[in-house]
Amino acid sequence: MSTATITLPAAHSNTLTRNLRIFLTEARYEFTRLLRTSGFSLSVIGFPVVFYLFFGLIMPRGEHIGSVTVSKYMLAGYAVFGMVGAALFGIGGGLASELSTGWLELKSASPMPPLAYLLAKCCTAMAFGVIIVSLLSVLGITIAHVSITFPEFARMIALTLVGTVPFACMGMVIALLVPFNAAPGTINMIYLPMSFCGGLWIPIMMLPHILQKFALLLPTYHLSQLMLGAFGYASAGSTSSHWLGLLGFTLIMLGIASIAFRRLEQNS
Amino acid sequence: MSAVLERTEAPASAITSESTEAVASLTHITKRYANGVLALDNLSLTLQGGEIVSLLGPNGAGKSTAVKLMMGLSSPTSGSVRIFGADPRHTITRLRTGVMLQAGKAPEMLRVCEYVNIFRGYYPQPMPYADIVRAASLEGIESRFFGQISGGQKQRVLFALALAGDPDLLFLDEPTVGLDIEARRGMWAQIRSLATRGKTVLLTTHYLEEADALADRIVVINKGCVVCEGTPAEVKSLGSALSGASTSRSLKIIRCSTSLPATTLLAIPGVTTADRSGILTTLTSTEPERTLRELLALDQTLHSLEVQSPALEDAFLALTANP
Repeated sequence: MSTATITLPAAHSNTLTRNLRIFLTEARYEFTRLLRTSGFSLSVIGFPVVFYLFFGLIMPRGEHIGSVTVSKYMLAGYAVFGMVGAALFGIGGGLASELSTGWLELKSASPMPPLAYLLAKCCTAMAFGVIIVSLLSVLGITIAHVSITFPEFARMIALTLVGTVPFACMGMVIALLVPFNAAPGTINMIYLPMSFCGGLWIPIMMLPHILQKFALLLPTYHLSQLMLGAFGYASAGSTSSHWLGLLGFTLIMLGIASIAFRRLEQNS
Repeated sequence: MSAVLERTEAPASAITSESTEAVASLTHITKRYANGVLALDNLSLTLQGGEIVSLLGPNGAGKSTAVKLMMGLSSPTSGSVRIFGADPRHTITRLRTGVMLQAGKAPEMLRVCEYVNIFRGYYPQPMPYADIVRAASLEGIESRFFGQISGGQKQRVLFALALAGDPDLLFLDEPTVGLDIEARRGMWAQIRSLATRGKTVLLTTHYLEEADALADRIVVINKGCVVCEGTPAEVKSLGSALSGASTSRSLKIIRCSTSLPATTLLAIPGVTTADRSGILTTLTSTEPERTLRELLALDQTLHSLEVQSPALEDAFLALTANP
């Protein structure tokens, strides 16, 4: 009896250390791999940077509308645009390809803990999100002299980390439901309209009334309002309603993913 | 997970004690996929410690399904799967198995050495890095990206990943596809040396020569059922009995390039079948000497002549032929 009480926690902590070590290795190599995959890293980092440069920095030229600095307002939208892209393409694209090549199957047959694999992918998307948001902030500060306080920046980074989760789940759903060769196209077909309608490119109040109503269903809208809230620019809805919106979306995505995964398992 | 500790504390004795009992078993397995396809039909298969078993069968016979069931990647419709007496999906089981799946491909932008180290990290007592590189002949390509290496080299990397945990049981699903002759022989030598170290290997292959050269036991399956099993010699003799060769012990296969039409060839004494593919014609003859004399007399331009005894290939074809 006494041995059992001594060895069990020891075994448990041993398993935890092992799982943590595997997770760190997976995360490190997943990040390295995506960084080396120029098709991914260049477009996922390049698009939001170029968009923000044109529409958020060059076109407004330091313009102010009331107390709102346009370049700073646009920074929130393009930051969300960038991190959503990293999550959707990093996880959706990556998982779809690994499912189709049999790599995921080989990994599932190994003693790798499945959670380590998924968390590694999610953390990699977060890391890319942080890179993109930091880069956009630096551009805003240096080119348009946008003033961002440290607490504002810290809130942006925290939102980037948390905000990656719902889109990571969405990426997983796409990878599980859509065949590999259709995955990038499908992601774009969802990502781009969802960005526009969520008010990431053009402020939400400039969109037609019907689209503003529709935006309530979009996670991009809720996340961008939270991001704007970090600057004190939120235009509609309460903070808690946006968090609830994101949570609801995440749960729906997880539900669909678990059904799709079970279906996939039954077919194998 | 306390079992993980038990293994790390007493590793060596575990292998020897299991060499007498079943390392892996499929018992009365039926596997029907969601689309209604019956992949395995009441199939039973047992692997003993330290043996190399080859699973042979035509495409769609159920070989890969059997491997996936043993790896816990798929669940049987009915029947039971036991690996080291436990569920194949348990981590404790997976720590003792290695697998090379058919058509597995790793993402392109990581280096060979990085993959080997990622997989070594999954196991508490992995095979030393240098041993893996030597066993899978990865010298010189370690720092190359997976996407840059040739098909045969990729296959060797996947073999290395199967070896990474120094597993007691290895599943190799068509391991030598795409390898040149030298690399294939190298992998054969490695598989043999695994068995001499007490490891158990289940090998599926389309290369009958491979099964013949490596396996202690061949299990022929077709349409999800075991057709026959035995040593390579037993399977060959059973196959030749089924193909009707037992009535004439002198059955030979004659290959040559000839301009004679099939009707003339079939009229030659002893010829039982005549089959032309490309410039080569393949004949089977129960009286090879008479057939050859006649054949050479009829066609002065005949060349590229070859005479062979029926091999495992023919036994295999006879065993898995559709009735």
